[in-house]
Amino acid sequence: MKAAPFAYVRPPTLDDVLAELAGGDGKVLAGGQSLVPVLAMRLGRPATLIDVTAVPELTEHGPTGRSGYRVAAAVRQRVVERDPAAQDVPLIPMAMPFVGHRELRSRGTVCGSLAHADPAAELPAVACCLDAQVEVSGPGGARTVSAQEFVTGAMTTTAGPEDVLTAVTFPTAGPGDGFGFAEIARRHGDFALAGVVCRVHVTGSGAVDSAVLTGFGISDRAVTRDVAALLATGEREEDLRPATIELAAEMVDTGGDTHGSTGYRRRLFAVLAARELARALRRAREGRTTT
Amino acid sequence: MSDMTAEAAPPRWTPSRDEDAALVAGRGRFLDDLDPLPGTLVAAVVRSTRPHARLLSVDLSRARAHPGVAAVIGPDEVRAALRPFPLSTGAAMPYLPTGVDKVRFVGEPIAVVVATDRYVAEDAAELVAVDYEDLPAVSTARSGLADDAPLLHDDAGSNVATDRTFSFGDLDERFAAAAHVVTRRYEFPRYSSVPMECYSVIAHWTEQDGGPFVEAWANFHGPFSMVPVMAGALRIPTSRLRLHVPADIGGSFGIKAGIYPYVVLLALASKHAGTPVRWTEDRVEHLTASSSGADRAMEFSAALDAEGTITALRADLVDNVGAYLRPPEPSTLYRCFGNITGPYRIDAVGIRARAVVTNTMPTGLNRGFGGQQLYFGLERLLDDVAAELGLDAVELRRRNLITSFPHETATGGVYDSGDYLAALDLATKNADLPELERRREEARAAGAHYGIGTALVVDPSGTNIGYVGLATPAEQRTPGRDKSGSTEHVRMSVDPQGVVTVMLGSVPQGQGHATVARKVAAQRLGLPLEQVRCVIDMDTATTPWTVTSGSYSSRFAPLVTSAVVAAADTVATTVRAAASTLLDDVDPDTLVLADGEVRTPDGRGVKFRHAAGVVHWDPAALPPGVPARLYAEAEFSPRETRAATADDRINSSLCYGFVAEIVAVRIDPDTLEISVDRVSSVHDAGTVLDQTLLDGQVYGALVHGLGGAAYEEFTHAPSGQPTAATFLDYLCPTSAEAGFELLTDHVVSPSPLTPLGAKGCGEGSSMSFPVAYANAVADALAPLGIDITSLPLHGEVLHQLLHDRKDA
Repeated sequence: MKAAPFAYVRPPTLDDVLAELAGGDGKVLAGGQSLVPVLAMRLGRPATLIDVTAVPELTEHGPTGRSGYRVAAAVRQRVVERDPAAQDVPLIPMAMPFVGHRELRSRGTVCGSLAHADPAAELPAVACCLDAQVEVSGPGGARTVSAQEFVTGAMTTTAGPEDVLTAVTFPTAGPGDGFGFAEIARRHGDFALAGVVCRVHVTGSGAVDSAVLTGFGISDRAVTRDVAALLATGEREEDLRPATIELAAEMVDTGGDTHGSTGYRRRLFAVLAARELARALRRAREGRTTT
Repeated sequence: MSDMTAEAAPPRWTPSRDEDAALVAGRGRFLDDLDPLPGTLVAAVVRSTRPHARLLSVDLSRARAHPGVAAVIGPDEVRAALRPFPLSTGAAMPYLPTGVDKVRFVGEPIAVVVATDRYVAEDAAELVAVDYEDLPAVSTARSGLADDAPLLHDDAGSNVATDRTFSFGDLDERFAAAAHVVTRRYEFPRYSSVPMECYSVIAHWTEQDGGPFVEAWANFHGPFSMVPVMAGALRIPTSRLRLHVPADIGGSFGIKAGIYPYVVLLALASKHAGTPVRWTEDRVEHLTASSSGADRAMEFSAALDAEGTITALRADLVDNVGAYLRPPEPSTLYRCFGNITGPYRIDAVGIRARAVVTNTMPTGLNRGFGGQQLYFGLERLLDDVAAELGLDAVELRRRNLITSFPHETATGGVYDSGDYLAALDLATKNADLPELERRREEARAAGAHYGIGTALVVDPSGTNIGYVGLATPAEQRTPGRDKSGSTEHVRMSVDPQGVVTVMLGSVPQGQGHATVARKVAAQRLGLPLEQVRCVIDMDTATTPWTVTSGSYSSRFAPLVTSAVVAAADTVATTVRAAASTLLDDVDPDTLVLADGEVRTPDGRGVKFRHAAGVVHWDPAALPPGVPARLYAEAEFSPRETRAATADDRINSSLCYGFVAEIVAVRIDPDTLEISVDRVSSVHDAGTVLDQTLLDGQVYGALVHGLGGAAYEEFTHAPSGQPTAATFLDYLCPTSAEAGFELLTDHVVSPSPLTPLGAKGCGEGSSMSFPVAYANAVADALAPLGIDITSLPLHGEVLHQLLHDRKDA
């Protein structure tokens, strides 16, 4: 379990990072929590590791614009978890305790998790549910894409081999927003067998005007659906269950493994979706964003 | 000033064991911390990627040419230099440390690369070209038994490595006369104990006067019967193999007994490299090619009379021992032979014991060794019997429990002491059974699932090596070559200042032997703890050892501490005699050792250290016949553990403890997640030597059992490829999974066979928890008509069981 030979560079500027990436046989190293095991198992053999943690603008995080919270590429998950400003994106504190273990989060980065795009990971699902905006730099310059467009499949994104994901901006919560997050894993800290993230928005009178549900661990990527119509079928968990069972049959298409077959993941997804949607709706109406 | 503050502050942490301060400060001396031989090179092992294949060719040339590589050995070198390991039976299943003609499991070594460092070694390992001809593979006991199963070892003509049938008492008559006969099939899964530290070996082959000499360091913990096995494979006398074991080993729980083939392989690599060679196993290697517990397919039958008394028992056991019958297998079948009827009065027993080879990692010792497999069948059967007879599962057990001791079992075991009813009563009282039953009713009324499971197990300790003989029919055992017993040696010395040193060759893996040995010696010699120290060292050239030496089968409490007592008594005799010269030549036999003094009956005394000083400084003053020696070598070798008899009965362990365990589980009716609600575990390990360490053993064994019951399993794809080869898929429970309510308690029935009355205690809940958990889940799901016959049990498994039921 030792990596094959590789070169290591730690450029001081983003331009230098892009210069190192030119040629396409380099790999961006931020927290290394997914990449380093891949190297050790010799499942990946990049010629060069480009450590981005020395680029000053990639270490920034905090509020941006009127309703955004921005995290750049080198910011550790644990830093975001402990940032009071991140509370304005309620799904971040709800999801973060489930991202591996604290020790992993102290090294792992938010953007690294997005770039890795594990279909069972929490942060890509949160980004997709909120339609977070992902900033990518490459040979053609900088571009911004929505998280849902960014992830194209299992461990694959629209970022090319010469691109680097530089930052992600999550929308902060506003009045009438309610959120839900839950996952079930074999053990605490494991990748989810099935998980759901949801955001419900209600009008001043309490009527649902938008509802979005993202499932993870259930397909080749996080899958997002508009569920406003589904919420018309009921408000309580048990009322929503028939609709979420149907939704599970449609959304859950992973092949499954010894920890969770497709059928079991459908069962879990249906339970969690009904539970969390009911909770998010209740919270939205009560004017609380979490708890 | 700061120093004064530091002095005034209370200690933030008081280690509960002598070993702990060094370990938590990173001052442990594990094998990877040692560099005993300058110029040691590093090895990487090339392994089979196929579960079963003929080796058409293994091309080492590119690897040999790689810069930094000192040597590469493969099947040709192994075949030329090594003899197959001596096996426990006559099975024609030759076992070498690499595949030579075929490979029989994924991870089986094929070649070894020796290089300047591990990176270079792994780079070169990739250059070894192996040409395979794939063969069909089997990975389970039942599939290995099938008539059309692919044959692993051509010469054997069968995958059955050993097949023995035993009958004790009037078995057939009892079954014929039974009011009820209940027969069930069960499967026990394959899992490990997952030590934090993996295998590690340093080996050095040298040519000396008289032939080759191998010096090796390994985190091997016995049984040392494997030392002659290693020497046999190396074609050298045991005296030319010198093995060192580091004082610190990062856990094993039996798994590291499987390291010895690597010692042999690395010795051969050293011969070719011309230098010492180090190999440190990585986690993928560990999870595919070290060792694990055996999985078992079994059928149990109970004959009962009309009152619910079990009159006879039949057990058909089929162990999947992996690709080879690696010694000490097939011992999983025999370790519990004397206690195969558990805590019940059953005097007619039939056993069929088979071991089957399959295309999986070879098996071996695993905490609880043979017990978790046995009791899964026996205690699951008791619940199934109770259900079929409409009896309460605990009441059925009560009716059949052994109540007087010593008790001789049908298979030759002699239970030395116990009070099974008292332990069961205490376990049910601590569990607050009425409250658990109330929770069950409440859950069921609310449409949820809640179950209560019980397991009662006899916990053997101090293995009698003689049980290995049972794998061979009595008439084929060589006269004069019987095996029996279980010997332990301890050395002890007293220095001129009266400080006592206990020297243990007990090769602990983290159990805290030094803490307990020191305490036992101090108590026996009437000394403050500060005046006793303990040194751990195993060097086969200088430490006394026997074939049974090692740390396995809960030997420390019954055997090693008994030898500590014997050594202390020898030292005490000399110290008393020396003291008598300072006490007007009073009769030494009247002197008592207490509070660091040697005292006369009328209360006069001299310090222990002054008495010891006489032996060192003034030996001429000693009474005639008293040896001027404060160095004792003592042995404890119980004679109650004799060789197997001609009618195949054996007392397979010296001591037999007891565990009564009650587990309550809650099952979420929606997600089917199982959560442990409460565990009440009562242990009888005889005299408690150290409560903290005993509690630690109980917790550790219990969570090990939880791993096998709910999380860990070595699974295989239909192709035979292992599907749990990393920690992403092989899931060990962590502290987050072990937060349930756990109530432990003790009943104390001192063993009459050990001087302190202590029995082993390291494996009890490893044997009881898996089946207690299964029984609880079965109880929870009984209203749904779901039958539980195997482990592990978790949400996915329950989903499939429910799904299958709907299909039916």
